[in-house]
Amino acid sequence: MKDKLVLIGNGMAGVRTLEELLKLDPDRYGITVFGAEPFGNYNRILLSPVLAGEKTLQDILLNDRDWYEENGITLRTGCEVTFIDRRRRRVVGADGSGAEYDRLLLATGSVPFVLPVPGHDLPGVVTFRDIQDVDRMLVAAGSGGRAVVIGGGLLGLEAANGLARQGMEVTVVHVLDTLMERQLDRPAAELLRRSLESRGLTFRMAARTQAIVGEERVRGVCFSDGQELAADLVVMAVGIRPNVELAQQAGLYCERGVVVNDTMQTYDPRIYAVGECVQHRSATYGLVAPLFEQAKVCANHLADLGYARYPGSVTATRLKVTGIELFSAGDYLGGEGYDELVYQDPGHGVYKKLVVKDDRLCGAVLFGDTTDASWYFQLMRETTDVDAFRDRLLFGQAHLGDSGHGGAATVAAMADDAEVCGCNGVCKGAIVRAITAKGLFTLEEVRAHTKASSSCGSCTGIVEQLLAQVLGGDYSAPEVKPLCPCTTFTHEDVRRVIRENALKSVPEVIRFLEWKTPDGCQVCRPALNYYLLCAWPGEYRDDGQSRFINERAHANIQRDGTYSVVPRIWGGVTTPAELKAIAEVAEKFQVPTVKFTGGQRIDLLGVKKEQLPAVWRDLNRAGLVSGHAYGKAVRTVKTCVGSEWCWFGTQVSTTLGIRLERLCWGAWTPHKVKLGVSGCPRNCAEATIKDFGVVGVDSGWEIHIGGNGGVKVRATDLLGRVKTMEEVLEYASAFLQLYREEARYLERTAPWIERVGLGYVRQRLVEDARGRGTLHQRFLESQQYAQIDPWAEQAAPAVAPAEFVPVVRVG
Amino acid sequence: MSAKRIGDHTVSTNQPIELAPRADLQARTEGDPGGAWILVAVLAAIPVRGARVVATPEGDVAVFRTSDDQVFAVRDRCPHKGGPLSQGIVFGHRVACPLHNWVIDLEQGQAVAPDEGCAARFPVRVTDGMVYLALRAF
Repeated sequence: MKDKLVLIGNGMAGVRTLEELLKLDPDRYGITVFGAEPFGNYNRILLSPVLAGEKTLQDILLNDRDWYEENGITLRTGCEVTFIDRRRRRVVGADGSGAEYDRLLLATGSVPFVLPVPGHDLPGVVTFRDIQDVDRMLVAAGSGGRAVVIGGGLLGLEAANGLARQGMEVTVVHVLDTLMERQLDRPAAELLRRSLESRGLTFRMAARTQAIVGEERVRGVCFSDGQELAADLVVMAVGIRPNVELAQQAGLYCERGVVVNDTMQTYDPRIYAVGECVQHRSATYGLVAPLFEQAKVCANHLADLGYARYPGSVTATRLKVTGIELFSAGDYLGGEGYDELVYQDPGHGVYKKLVVKDDRLCGAVLFGDTTDASWYFQLMRETTDVDAFRDRLLFGQAHLGDSGHGGAATVAAMADDAEVCGCNGVCKGAIVRAITAKGLFTLEEVRAHTKASSSCGSCTGIVEQLLAQVLGGDYSAPEVKPLCPCTTFTHEDVRRVIRENALKSVPEVIRFLEWKTPDGCQVCRPALNYYLLCAWPGEYRDDGQSRFINERAHANIQRDGTYSVVPRIWGGVTTPAELKAIAEVAEKFQVPTVKFTGGQRIDLLGVKKEQLPAVWRDLNRAGLVSGHAYGKAVRTVKTCVGSEWCWFGTQVSTTLGIRLERLCWGAWTPHKVKLGVSGCPRNCAEATIKDFGVVGVDSGWEIHIGGNGGVKVRATDLLGRVKTMEEVLEYASAFLQLYREEARYLERTAPWIERVGLGYVRQRLVEDARGRGTLHQRFLESQQYAQIDPWAEQAAPAVAPAEFVPVVRVG
Repeated sequence: MSAKRIGDHTVSTNQPIELAPRADLQARTEGDPGGAWILVAVLAAIPVRGARVVATPEGDVAVFRTSDDQVFAVRDRCPHKGGPLSQGIVFGHRVACPLHNWVIDLEQGQAVAPDEGCAARFPVRVTDGMVYLALRAF
């Protein structure tokens, strides 16, 4: 015989608890649900859009009758429970029907607070709490006229907006002189008021309601200063209070709400309570996210697992008025002991305030631009130390590393564990996995599979951006962004297929994946060649004809068709003998221009193609090898002079630079890679705009990644600190290998890191020490085959320099 | 490396050789260009999906060999900024210029839309594994 569970209150918190319970232990209980309303469970927080005419009841229904049936739940709608007999463990409904319980779950929610002024019970005075209230308002709005909304809080403003959208003339009456005083500071409240005024609402601030006047129906509102305002409809939205009536009658201990412990248990161990009726650690909650957290904990105990604890919630508010971006969370007022970071642009209607205490973000108010709301909220909940980027905090997450990817950078830069949907606790990674694994294409499907964006809907924009990012541009089209027009497969698809099917040549890949073209194009062939080279080191035979001319000729083509030659200068350190050899080559071959590069090397420009093998032969003789200045490959390791000579230097940057270059040279990568080593934090080698930068500090070395000095400058992210050179070398090779294996061809480290998230790279390289070791090993393995000087190969006398000379001269 | 003896010339894949137009290689079939055919290479000297250059007093001519083993010859100058087309990536019957990625159709010598321009084409033919070029543009 199953235990009997009775739920009183067929609302979001109670039913969510049942859903969580059914996931944990579907057969534990025979369940009966009592609901006072005649419907299944609907999404109460979407009543505002229903009022505004943007949604219908059907749209916001969460669990229809079929759901209860499928889960074997007895549902009694329209049946208010009037009595709990704790001794007999029975509840009794208004219609006299009863039900016995072994465990009882209270989720009676809250009741709207009604001002006890004369006339408050007149017809035409409504609250804003349930679907019947909304119906009443819609009926009233149907005949137009004037509405007065008493209460300038979240609910009042949403009601006012909805009524205005339905064509009523709406005045909001608020007892204080600023709106939403529990969520907003004065400047944000002012912006909000102006913005709502421009949408046609009228405000009467600091007005005390004395009476509601009318005979058979409401006619107007009378204020304490004697003035009167005509009204055909009055909405009371001055607040809610936990609905504890039933619990009190049953003798359960209540204060403002039904008091529960961290397991959501009331003073009667058989009775649990969740939702707005609850008081936990002296806090009550009226928002959906904490309710869902409570539901999870409660279900855990109902299923007798007994380990979950509810520690309370940090809450955030968003106003659900279409077109107004407003976010508020935590301790938004600040004050003494707090630092307030403020950005104000009244002209553009943007206001941002962040409240910081002890290097932790503890509150935020955003108006006009809420792009970074989720990020701030995550920083608050995880009590992240923001000291390192405090100066950039106000400008948002994208600003921490912006290499010019427009709006997509925001979601692209979000870490996988960043929460997107605060209501349902769904993070970016879960959404992206669902989109790819389940083949989701629409917002509705994401909602169905992950629940993200299915509650208050304020994260809809982010979910849509994620869809767009994952599916590539037009997320409604069932096509993901392909590698090039020759195929519908993505970079990731192609790499996976190459590995899983052991494809070993470009034509094999093109055949296997049924390319639309017989031999690809100039876009896909170099990518395929690289992916094959990376997947099968030592085994794959490089396809020169699929390489760009620079990599085929091991020199950089110039605008006049001549080439430039850059020998490798290890760590930027050279010798008189090397310089002499370079000078002699320059003279012998009458090289028109000799120039220093930005990477501490010497560039011989204007060399004719047929001269290349001879130039290389001469350079080789002096011990100089290819600098790969022409390749999607490891280019240079720039260094400062370091502690051997510099009186500021703390570390031997040149020694490390040379060792790094000896380790990494010759590696083919998705795009060019530049390294830098500075011997002290003065950073003369500009290591913090390199793909991999190292800065010497007194205690060792700082490792930086993902810098870029190009079109869009990006400073590196700090990966961590190490003590020895050996550790730097291991991190460098592991980093390069991760980049080689996972970045898309022609994607530099900066956009790659922004796409996958610094958190991910950190996890792979720092937290997963074994994984780092494996990457390091794979890099060394691959380097065995890569570190062959291509100049020596091509310039060897035995090899015909066919590529470099005209096949024939005529005339 | 392969080298082949043809008459009194050695056509090699690795050394440039000096050739004068030869009367005995004149076109015999109707519709051929009026000028002399010049033996420029053994086919094997031109890499598949690649090109070799024929140096002439009027400038270089690029001789392409595509993946289906057809041979095309065009002036080795991109109509855009004069880039050496012979150095580009060859795919299908097309080549992408190495300087700015214009794509030139080798059959017509035309730039592929939306770009506009034309590289001069030359008659070229392969007989018995030998590549002959006529230095008179179509």
